[in-house]
Amino acid sequence: MELVLSAGIGILSAAGVWLILRPRTFQVVLGLSLLSYAVNLFIFAMGRLTVGAPPVLGAGAGTAIGTDNVFVDDPVTQALVLTAVVISFALTALFLVVLLAARGVTGSDHVDGQEPHQGEPHPGEPHPGNPHPGKLHP
Amino acid sequence: MPPHLLLALAAILPFLGSVVALCLPGHARNAAAGVAGLVTVTSLACIGGLYPLAAGSAPVVWAVDWLPSLGVRLVLRLDGLAWIFAILVLGIGALVVLYARYYMAAADPVPRLFCYLLAFVGAMLGIVLSGNLIQLVVFWELTSVVSFLLIGYWSDNASARDGARMALTITAAGGLCLLVGAVLIGRIAGSYELDAVLASGPAIRESPLYLPALVLILAGALTKSAQLPFHIWLPRAMAAPTPISAYLHSATMVKAGIFLMIRLWPVLAGTESWYWIVGTAGMATMLVGSWSAIFQHDLKGLLAYSTISHLGLITLLLGLNSPLAVVAAIFHTVNHATFKASLFMAAGIIDHETGTRDMRRLSGLWRAMPYTGTLAMVAAAAMAGVPLLNGFLSKEMFLAEAVDNTGDHWLNLALPVLATLASAFTVLYSLRFIRQTFFGPPPHDLPHAPHEPVRWMRIPIEALVLACVAIGLVPNLTIGPALAGAARAVLGDRTPDYDLAIWHGFNAPLAMSVLALAGGVALYGVFGRRIDTNPRGGPWLMHRLDGGWLFERGMTGLVKGARALEARLGTERLQPQLRILFLAALVAATATGVVRGLDLLAPGRSTAFDPAFALMWLVGAACAVGAAERAKYHRLSAVILVGGAGLVSSLTFLWLSAPDLAVTQILVEIVTSVMLLLGLRWLPKRDAAIPAPASERARARRRRIVDLVVAVVAGASLAGLAYAVMTRPAVDGIGRWFVEEAYPQAGGRNVVNVLLVDFRAFDTLGEICVLGIVGLTVFALLRRFRPAPDTLERPAQQRRHDADDRGREGREPGHTAADALLVPRLVTTWLFPFIVLLALHLFLRGHDLPGGGFAAGIALTVAFMLQYMAWGAAWVEERLRIQPIAWIGLGLLVAVLAGAGSWLAGRPFLTAYFAYWHPPLLGKVPVASALVFDLGIMILVVGASALMLVALAHQSVRRTRVAEAEAERAAERDIA
Repeated sequence: MELVLSAGIGILSAAGVWLILRPRTFQVVLGLSLLSYAVNLFIFAMGRLTVGAPPVLGAGAGTAIGTDNVFVDDPVTQALVLTAVVISFALTALFLVVLLAARGVTGSDHVDGQEPHQGEPHPGEPHPGNPHPGKLHP
Repeated sequence: MPPHLLLALAAILPFLGSVVALCLPGHARNAAAGVAGLVTVTSLACIGGLYPLAAGSAPVVWAVDWLPSLGVRLVLRLDGLAWIFAILVLGIGALVVLYARYYMAAADPVPRLFCYLLAFVGAMLGIVLSGNLIQLVVFWELTSVVSFLLIGYWSDNASARDGARMALTITAAGGLCLLVGAVLIGRIAGSYELDAVLASGPAIRESPLYLPALVLILAGALTKSAQLPFHIWLPRAMAAPTPISAYLHSATMVKAGIFLMIRLWPVLAGTESWYWIVGTAGMATMLVGSWSAIFQHDLKGLLAYSTISHLGLITLLLGLNSPLAVVAAIFHTVNHATFKASLFMAAGIIDHETGTRDMRRLSGLWRAMPYTGTLAMVAAAAMAGVPLLNGFLSKEMFLAEAVDNTGDHWLNLALPVLATLASAFTVLYSLRFIRQTFFGPPPHDLPHAPHEPVRWMRIPIEALVLACVAIGLVPNLTIGPALAGAARAVLGDRTPDYDLAIWHGFNAPLAMSVLALAGGVALYGVFGRRIDTNPRGGPWLMHRLDGGWLFERGMTGLVKGARALEARLGTERLQPQLRILFLAALVAATATGVVRGLDLLAPGRSTAFDPAFALMWLVGAACAVGAAERAKYHRLSAVILVGGAGLVSSLTFLWLSAPDLAVTQILVEIVTSVMLLLGLRWLPKRDAAIPAPASERARARRRRIVDLVVAVVAGASLAGLAYAVMTRPAVDGIGRWFVEEAYPQAGGRNVVNVLLVDFRAFDTLGEICVLGIVGLTVFALLRRFRPAPDTLERPAQQRRHDADDRGREGREPGHTAADALLVPRLVTTWLFPFIVLLALHLFLRGHDLPGGGFAAGIALTVAFMLQYMAWGAAWVEERLRIQPIAWIGLGLLVAVLAGAGSWLAGRPFLTAYFAYWHPPLLGKVPVASALVFDLGIMILVVGASALMLVALAHQSVRRTRVAEAEAERAAERDIA
């Protein structure tokens, strides 16, 4: 299991890194998503793998704690990853909206805000896609 | 008033005065001077009144806790040494205030000067009275900063700005070294308190950290005291107003370094390294300073180099490792402060009344200002070491120490000769100062006709010259007791017997004094004219060594180096930056692995292999690789594939005993996918059929190969690391404690949920704040959203449907879409209450079973989202008012109030409370304040995620409406 999961983490992160290095913003957003899966699984794996022993106490009724039950070794990584999952959702949302806004403002969906083969724009010269560079609102 | 409060009052008054002066209007010269005078004199009286106690066996101490966790107290400590320095700081400070009142022009912003000056007095007093090394360093840096302001007071003057900048750079850099040195000393001694440090001298000198600590502390002291090669800032600081120069370079700033060396002398001195570093620095500074002073044409320049030389003399004395030399050093510090301050003030009067400080233009001023001339002459004689004045006494002690310092090294042997030589130079420049300025033919074409200054301006000089003469004539009656107190405070039992008498009989020091006096006069007679006409202006032999030039070169080099590094490593383009980042992380991780000997494949724990798990991950890996491949041209399929990878990771959580994570992940996955799909609408068309320019193709391929290698290496190393950790046995960390205490302490059976809403609730509170902020940011960005022009039109399919609908009888635009969505609309409408129920269920069972606020919130969002998708925004909002921003606020409020509730019970913020409640029929129900907190989480999560989704969804409605309205208007205009 360890081997499979680590290989999976490796492939997820490789795909994520590859996408993050791409020139188009949408690719980068997807890359961040994949990379956050990989990192979340990685952090989760730091608590070691256990099958069929969720950190939920005393499944039966009553207040007795099932002390003889087997539990995962470390519930803390699970709590950390749970917040990380929600935060990576927020991050993806933010990047998506920044991407859209940047595309509207610069007229390009390149990560640098301009197409690479156009060369350096002259200062003060408007971007081809937008007559008012730098202004977000009309 | 009790003595320790008197001490605190004296220390705090200057800072209060500084604030008062700052608040005065710019023209309030007299008021500011009055405040400054009152403050310095009051503080002086306080310190003066404490003399009997300070000179006693135990110092006066006032202390409060400052950083109790680090064992650092704020301690004011007045012993004999601190007393003598405090009197110098305050006494000369009061005289400088009086002098500055008449020196400064009414047009200058004088209150600001007094504000800085009082702050400086406070900082200096802070250094002198510090009973704690860290506190000392803080005041030390404060003097650096305030001296920057004082030197740059005339900020419209370029040389003032440059001088201030150089002084700050050098002394603040030294201060930083001093801080590290103080921390080292504190670590060795086990305390930063001065008493403890002074008591652990032998331990410090034997510690292996002694040399680094010594070098760092001396770096601070020697930069502050303008010792070679750091002396360059002092002559340039002469751009300050003369009262400031008189203060900073006689009694205070430069003496801070000397003070520190004396203060720590019992701890640090007595070793070879101390002797060589301090002794050599002092010797070189004394010689170079006095040699350079000879060739100055500017009065203040001469005094500046003379100050450097005298500081070198004092440093040399401290470096000799002899207790008697320490007494001489303290004595000379006092004497130098008195005669140098008066000389600076005299130079200021000359500058003030004639308009120039250039000795080549000045001459014969005796006729116009005999009184000032006399005072200056006495002070200059004290500086030259003429008998019956105070300078003579300490210089005699210095010469005696030079003779007594025996050893085999050539430096030991040369010391008496070099000391005599430096004294002769001192005589030469003192003579030149007086002769050039006051004697010779009457001056011509000076900017102003010279005359005596106003009465009050001379009083400070008179007081200081009186001190020179009194100490010189009857040392035992004047300085004797205070000096003895200071020496005892430093040396304790090692205080030597010494005699401050003027006449010690015919001995070697006397012969050296006479030789120096005669030699100086003779040298002036021979070389005086050639020095005045020295074409280059700088000192002979040394014009190639320009410290200022080296400093500027060094600063320019630093800036250039930083720019080059930025040009090489920094880029405005994202991809190269990320590539560098990944490579740097890889190198760092590999290096750590190699150094720490990481064995990735060592056998360890493992969990039984399951083919189904492997098959699942085969799919997951295929999804990830497919998404990477298709993200450029086939965005929709890439989003679906990313969702597939997310699904696999969610299933993995479920498989590996993390049901909470699995639930949350899969719900988040739904929302994220929908959001990405909403975003697709605004992206430009990208088609694989459009060929890239040929020139780009080769470069692009090269870049892709490099990126592929980076990605594969990054993935492989993360996989290796993950495998290595997973196969190690579990660490016995804090995890077990949470499992054991979750029920007894928090009444919850779901440990992960208990961790989130109880044990680590503060973290969670921070996290939901982040979530709320992100939601608002998304909303704000989209309010000003300006889509690219090519995405403004309705999508092709929608246009086709609408056109089709318009063409038929009895159909309105939108009917085709409604027909297609008929079944989904029905299903989602029926599903809505059930999803809401599911969300509530997840929320309520969260404390004991997998679920919780996060999962419930996102589930509720999914319920709303489905309605939007099936029915469209307008339809939903006619029937259901969701106000996501209000939800965000409400959620945060509920969470914070749930936390603050524990204050009512007198417990810290977010302490959870739980109990069991037995209502009829329902049986036992747990009641926990954590549940309320979880409710806040749920409400906020709904608000934030709904806000993002709704804001994105509204764009298509709003933008197309705007575009169509514009098109209609344009059409109407055309018709008109």
